[in-house]
Amino acid sequence: MGFVQSIGARVLAALHGLGHAALFFVGLVGVLPQALRRFGLVITQVYAIGNRSLVIILASGLAVGFVLALQMYYALVTYGAAESLGLVVNLSLVRELGPVVTALLFAGRAGTSLTAEIGLMKAGEQIAAMELMAIDPRARVLAPRFIAGAISMPLLAILFSAIGILGAWVVAVGLIGIDAGNFWSIQQNKVDIWRDVGNGVVKSAVFGLICTFVALYQGYETQATPEGVAYATTRTVVISSLAVLAMDFILTALMFSTP
Amino acid sequence: MAGAFRPPHPLRPDPLIEIDHVTFGYDSSRTILNDVSLRFGRGQVTAVLGGSGCGKTTLLRLIGGVHAANSGRVVFDGEVIDTRDRAQLYRIRRRLGMLFQFGALFTDLSVFDNVAFPLREMTDLPEPLVRDIVLMKLNAVGLRGAANLKIAEVSGGMARRIALARAIALDPELIMYDEPFAGLDLISMGVAAKLIRTLNDVTGATSLVISHDVPECMAIADWVVLMATGGRIVAQGTPAELMASTDPEVRQFVRGEPDGPVKFHYPARSMADDFGPGAP
Repeated sequence: MGFVQSIGARVLAALHGLGHAALFFVGLVGVLPQALRRFGLVITQVYAIGNRSLVIILASGLAVGFVLALQMYYALVTYGAAESLGLVVNLSLVRELGPVVTALLFAGRAGTSLTAEIGLMKAGEQIAAMELMAIDPRARVLAPRFIAGAISMPLLAILFSAIGILGAWVVAVGLIGIDAGNFWSIQQNKVDIWRDVGNGVVKSAVFGLICTFVALYQGYETQATPEGVAYATTRTVVISSLAVLAMDFILTALMFSTP
Repeated sequence: MAGAFRPPHPLRPDPLIEIDHVTFGYDSSRTILNDVSLRFGRGQVTAVLGGSGCGKTTLLRLIGGVHAANSGRVVFDGEVIDTRDRAQLYRIRRRLGMLFQFGALFTDLSVFDNVAFPLREMTDLPEPLVRDIVLMKLNAVGLRGAANLKIAEVSGGMARRIALARAIALDPELIMYDEPFAGLDLISMGVAAKLIRTLNDVTGATSLVISHDVPECMAIADWVVLMATGGRIVAQGTPAELMASTDPEVRQFVRGEPDGPVKFHYPARSMADDFGPGAP
């Protein structure tokens, strides 16, 4: 009986948590227009969240491009399809690896930073101070960051894929000796701007909303102690990563269900 | 002298804030304030004194509408504060300023931008006017020359004064001070006390000082409330009345005696139980 009760308590706690997060999300969406009217705040956050994530995103994209080209070449050459290397690398990056790996890196780099920043603002009573000044911290602090996350992630994912393709070109053409014209022309012919690139961008925008929301929620709801902030930061990475992977499966099934 | 409500006092003007039979606890297991009733006179400096954990800061948070009372009501200028009514809450909050215990300054902004923050957020004043107001407020706390410093570059005492300049930026009717003297050296403490009194007199605001520093509060307050654990009101009156009190609890607190009606030791088992032959 105790075991059943403990399961029931956990389920109830999880449902309560989900309900709380949903209400928080609705409240956040409600103040988005206020943040949009002060777009300067959003631009500042795009710099903080997006620009400052560029180094890790570009370095990772390049490394993934290098490795992807090598691994795909070894597989494709077995079947005499080495000339398809450019296409395989491109589709892998723009459809899947670009949005997903960027989101995972974003959760680790920008998400943790957001959670820690908001959590420390709470611990330092800056959020309470704003409330007592009759300034809604959701509109002043959270909403600009939320919008900035949704803007930054697709841009970062595009850059990740672009640098990855360049990395693959270096390996494929410079190292392996595949014809450069063939590398680019097969991509030009077979990659659809809306179906492949467009869906990849949509995916990354959704991941951006998820990662940023999780980071802001964890920071805002954290216990205002050093342990609380540390715990919230860890939870941001874990929850964001799992949510991105789960949502990726759903979106892939919806977007690419036909060949 | 003890008790929640007293007969009208000749030195007590109309209240700006009334705490009416308020009971509050952060959870059901622990009550912080138990049936507390208080009135804070308009235009006065009222000091609420009490030991750590007696509910002083909680009282400020209830007045600011950060928390809702479990029972009873908090009245601001005749209006009962309803924490569910965000519009009303923000309308009332625009009329008050609060100095947090550690300043709660925005660490990513400069000294100038911290003081300008409420002006830029709450008004449509042109930037040249904002600049003039900010420099005037900083001048009032003696820190006009520190306007361009970063928050990381200022001392604890300076941070408290910057926070005070920010709290008075919009000329609030009520200024609440949460432990304004905590952690300050003697000079900074004297400066802070003088500032609180001067600002109250110059602006005509109502000031509510939460503290456990007896001499500073006695020197600047018009009215003093002595609070004990559970929000129990031990005594209230003018500083002179409290200083002259013969009540053992008041005397212990005012004179800072380590033991008396308020015990030095937290309730514990007997010494024999912990140190005797049968002790674990």
